[in-house]
Amino acid sequence: MTQLADLLADLAAALDAKRVHADPLELTLYARDASVIEGQAGVVVFPTTTEEVQAVVRVARAHGRPITPRGSGTGLSGGAVPLDDAVVVVTTRMDRILEVDEEDRVAWVQPGVLNLDLSRAVAHLGLHFAPDPSSQQSCSVGGNVANNSGGPHCLAYGVTSAHVLAVEVVLPDGSLTLLGGLDADPAGYDLRGAFVGSEGTMGIATRIAVRLTPIPPDVRTLLADFPTVEGAAAAVTGIIAAGIVPAALEMMDAEITRAVEAYVHAGFPTDAAAVLLVEVDGMTGGVDAAAAAVQEVCGANGARHVRIAQDMAERALLWKGRKSAFGAIARIAPNYYLHDAVVPRTKLVEVLNQVYEIAARHQLVMMNVFHAGDGNLHPLIVFDRRVEGVMERVHHAGAEIMEVCVAAGGVLSGEHGIGLEKRDFMGLIFSPDDLDAQARLRDAFDPEGMCNPRKVLPAGSRCGDLQQVPEGAWI
Amino acid sequence: MDLSAFITEVGAAGPVVPVGGGTHWTPVGDGRRVRAPDGIVSYEPAEMVVRVGAGTTVAALDEALAAAGQMVPLDPADPQRATVGGVLAAGGSGLRRLRYGPVRDTLLEARYVSAEGRLVKAGGPVVKNVSGFDLCRLLVGSRGTLGVLAEVVLRVQPRPRVTRWLMGAGDPLAARRRLFRPSSILWDGEMTWVLLEGDAVDVAAEAGALGAGFVDVQGPPALPPHPWSLRPSDLRDLSPRVSTGTVPVETRVGGARFVAEVGIGTVHREDPQPPRPIDPLHQKVKDLFDPTNRLNPGVRVA
Repeated sequence: MTQLADLLADLAAALDAKRVHADPLELTLYARDASVIEGQAGVVVFPTTTEEVQAVVRVARAHGRPITPRGSGTGLSGGAVPLDDAVVVVTTRMDRILEVDEEDRVAWVQPGVLNLDLSRAVAHLGLHFAPDPSSQQSCSVGGNVANNSGGPHCLAYGVTSAHVLAVEVVLPDGSLTLLGGLDADPAGYDLRGAFVGSEGTMGIATRIAVRLTPIPPDVRTLLADFPTVEGAAAAVTGIIAAGIVPAALEMMDAEITRAVEAYVHAGFPTDAAAVLLVEVDGMTGGVDAAAAAVQEVCGANGARHVRIAQDMAERALLWKGRKSAFGAIARIAPNYYLHDAVVPRTKLVEVLNQVYEIAARHQLVMMNVFHAGDGNLHPLIVFDRRVEGVMERVHHAGAEIMEVCVAAGGVLSGEHGIGLEKRDFMGLIFSPDDLDAQARLRDAFDPEGMCNPRKVLPAGSRCGDLQQVPEGAWI
Repeated sequence: MDLSAFITEVGAAGPVVPVGGGTHWTPVGDGRRVRAPDGIVSYEPAEMVVRVGAGTTVAALDEALAAAGQMVPLDPADPQRATVGGVLAAGGSGLRRLRYGPVRDTLLEARYVSAEGRLVKAGGPVVKNVSGFDLCRLLVGSRGTLGVLAEVVLRVQPRPRVTRWLMGAGDPLAARRRLFRPSSILWDGEMTWVLLEGDAVDVAAEAGALGAGFVDVQGPPALPPHPWSLRPSDLRDLSPRVSTGTVPVETRVGGARFVAEVGIGTVHREDPQPPRPIDPLHQKVKDLFDPTNRLNPGVRVA
């Protein structure tokens, strides 16, 4: 106990004592993120400056405590779940937009700035921050960097890494470095690229330079209604094969479409087997041509009806339906487990059928709402964790879904990350040599393994100690 | 040559020097020259990805993709000789970066031979992937000093329906503000070149927005050989007329010819950019990936 008291005293000296929290309720809250995994926080701190982050990292290091960086806690793979009584470093109070350079189309932000707040703050310049995770009202830019987050519009615009130019990082030894830069091709290796998506294992981002993208002058949003999932999937392939890269190309299955319609009343067809939400943007000529082609491809693949949003209000309503999926399912059951995997687009139907079969076999309610355009599946299992044995079934179904996605030539995660959830499945797609290379990269940043330890890479990736899933944790 | 023969050739000991088309630099050091396998390994147009041997020439790749109306905008100066692996290892982006992004965003999966002579896979063969750390971006621009590229999966794009280069005396920054999604804007201190691509109606509209001073031309100007990496707004300091004096003297061009990529910050010049300072962290990465310094020894990235 005195060890903890010493740690708290040193942290309180490093930053205001009011921003060092260790009461049991708070530790319980910060033991989780938005996944179904629970860990154990030692202390929770809320720095406001780069210097305070450095001080916290040095104190934790002096006390032999690991640190776990955390943004808004919306992550879905357990990346921000603290293990081993870690010091949880929460960046939500580092929430200032530091500089906006309209000419270079760059903004410097602190990591706690919320994704949507950034886009709102630069909208008057005709610019936006393109990555748009469904959690964009609450997720932070720092969290986006840690997870290399995606979102519906990443189909055309690319995921977070394509929109981060430079990151100021407090390394696990407390020193400060700048990765990347605002010039065209910064010197040395692309350590910026290596850091983005490192899930808090290589340090803490304290300032981020993001690329701002012009808001397209025109946009068209279409909702196509299909009597079969096969028809909708064939339309996805057909749209891409026609040389169209829509800004977004989303699919919702029958179950989720009904749930969403009951929730937002956007006029989604409740008798459709699948709907596609397609958005094309750019200049008017290309938008008109692409919208016409999308309509044609959907019709050729059996769409019963293609609705085109007539104005911004209708467009917003359609998107509200898509992005409210998780609010909608809360009315069905109290818990959900959201999966995330990517398969080759041409395998969508085959994999979806297997995924439905897995859910049926485990007697689980499953819905699918996902980024079809890039083959990014999001099977969503809805359940009540109070039901005896349900977690075990959810866990087994999740593992089987991963296996079928990998067998189809896919990967474990398209945008949620590996965290704790999928760490022990990394061997499904990576050989020991592949994992060893990733472990070396991590060693360059964090040779002592004190920054968000035991995440992403499975035990023994590089002559490491044997790791166990933490006691009391359930995945 | 197949993959396993290439792995054997790189081996686990002795200095090796990966070579591509030899278009970008002359290999240094006396290591064993190794050349990656060539050829299209697999290509499914509806997936918009292609798997190729790293030794494939960019022209051969382009020919294979053109049949399906697709492309990978690598855009090296000499596509008949430049190889895919060479372009990735050199890390230089083509002139259409303004529209298609830097070359580092193109590599989805890499299979490379490590310093220990093992075949290592980074990334995955799909367009969206956050499974594990991003070694692909680390490899782009690493000049063969972390691993020797053998086979890669690249993101492909639809080929634009219409392509137009225009040239005029207009202000390049004003041109950028007027255009929504130009593929390239170049400026040599006097003239501005603009590449417009995409839908015919859009291209015509963008050309109109440029103003009457712009006329159609065959292509971009000849580029001086040495790319410098500057901030996009440093462009202002390249012109004696609008110099603000905020840029250190050594980054100004003086009287020599230059071609600047507007909105990007790359400036092609007659003289090479002096070495820039690098954090010791880069060297740590090199030492962990290549502990015996056998991969392209003598080439400096870190």
